[in-house]
Amino acid sequence: MTLTKRIIPCIDVDLDDDGNAAVYTGVNFENLEYTGDPVELAKKYNEAGADEFVFLDITASAEGRETMLDTVSAVADECFIPLTVGGGIRTKADIKETLRAGADKVSINTGAIERPELIEEGAAAFGSQCVVISVDARRRFDGDGEYYAEVDGESCWFECTVKGGREGTGIDVVEWARESADRGAGELFVNSIDADGTKDGYDIPLTKAVCDNVSTPVIASSGCGSPAHMEEVFSEAGADAALAASIFHFEEYSVDEVKRYLAELGIPMRL
Amino acid sequence: MSITQRTAEVVLVDYGLGNLRSVTRGLERAGADVTLSDDPADFDAADGIVLPGVGAFSEGMENAGPFRDALVDAAEAGRPLFGICLGMQMLLTSSEESETVGQGDVTGLDLVPGTNLRFDQGQKVPHMGWNELAVSREHPIAEGIDGEYAYFVHSYYADPDDENAIVATTDYGVEFPAIIANEAGNVFGTQFHPEKSGETGLRILRNFVQYCLE
Repeated sequence: MTLTKRIIPCIDVDLDDDGNAAVYTGVNFENLEYTGDPVELAKKYNEAGADEFVFLDITASAEGRETMLDTVSAVADECFIPLTVGGGIRTKADIKETLRAGADKVSINTGAIERPELIEEGAAAFGSQCVVISVDARRRFDGDGEYYAEVDGESCWFECTVKGGREGTGIDVVEWARESADRGAGELFVNSIDADGTKDGYDIPLTKAVCDNVSTPVIASSGCGSPAHMEEVFSEAGADAALAASIFHFEEYSVDEVKRYLAELGIPMRL
Repeated sequence: MSITQRTAEVVLVDYGLGNLRSVTRGLERAGADVTLSDDPADFDAADGIVLPGVGAFSEGMENAGPFRDALVDAAEAGRPLFGICLGMQMLLTSSEESETVGQGDVTGLDLVPGTNLRFDQGQKVPHMGWNELAVSREHPIAEGIDGEYAYFVHSYYADPDDENAIVATTDYGVEFPAIIANEAGNVFGTQFHPEKSGETGLRILRNFVQYCLE
């Protein structure tokens, strides 16, 4: 099989003080730093050999939404690679207008947890390939979970959280991943609240737990600080794609450089 | 035959499915003048027709129903007809997909006789991502792309009756056709999405535009 592993730059897009869409990147967990123009970044990563591009709308406001859809269209026009758009998608109509704006896939998080039928509705109307279910997982070291993994010699499970990790749901990530796939999700986008912003590497036990238990492709996210972390999440956890933000935005590594490094280690890459 | 340089007039069939915006942008970038159309009358005036598509086979055929005769007529008249992803699968005769979802015997356009099969070798389905193209025979659409990568998203793959219909293949546990074409050469399709396959995809779209002008 020569299916390559995918390297996916991700941008978090918010409105700036003038009401224009702008990319912000988290530094040390909380502080968001202005990073650039979404369209310029899309163009740059498209040319640099990114395999896909993820656009997350973090405005979560009604007035932001209009601007965001226009921005999605402008990004799509420069993106000859697959474009996934997430943030605030809660209804079939949201899915439709996001796809119509030029997204190839939508990433749904809270909207699907609140109403799981949204997955079926989206898959039936637009195909499984465009329904990506995103989870914000948090480690829990108690007996309330269903699927346990070993972390630093301790047994833990992973809980789906909402509101950026501030609120738990009690739902086991692995169970939810299975259910999402059964309902027609075409891909799973796995974020880790524990690893997010650390740059210490992806949450390997989490990613592995999901990869081992579902047959849909898995995008690993959160925690990437170097190309070695990507190698680890592909080789040890079995992820199909690795997403990163700050290492690319702050030009610590170029997409091309990362892909060449991984290819040399024997990870199948599109070069 | 064109003597002076002119733009290829390409009709993109709008039958309610597919990411038309991306395909339009890709074709425009490749130098085509694109018209979105849900009127079969437009097909005759076009230099080429593109049948896009994502989603399910039976739904695709149902939605494309009103265009069936016009598409078959255009193909038989020798007009270039390019199916993308589901649009390519619809060029064949049938699909296991319509059986799986219990919608009975849905007939494709039957321009490239054969069926569409589901991956069943334990691969992750859908086959999603970038995979390598191996060109197995010459066709204008496939020029310059051997060994390059293209972006695939699909759960079924074409199995044409005639092996000569295969222009390029890809390996995903099973070797399957990535590009197919009819005997006359004017009806062809890619299982992958050229509009999402970076520079390689744009090359294929340019090949198509060039073919439309010849």
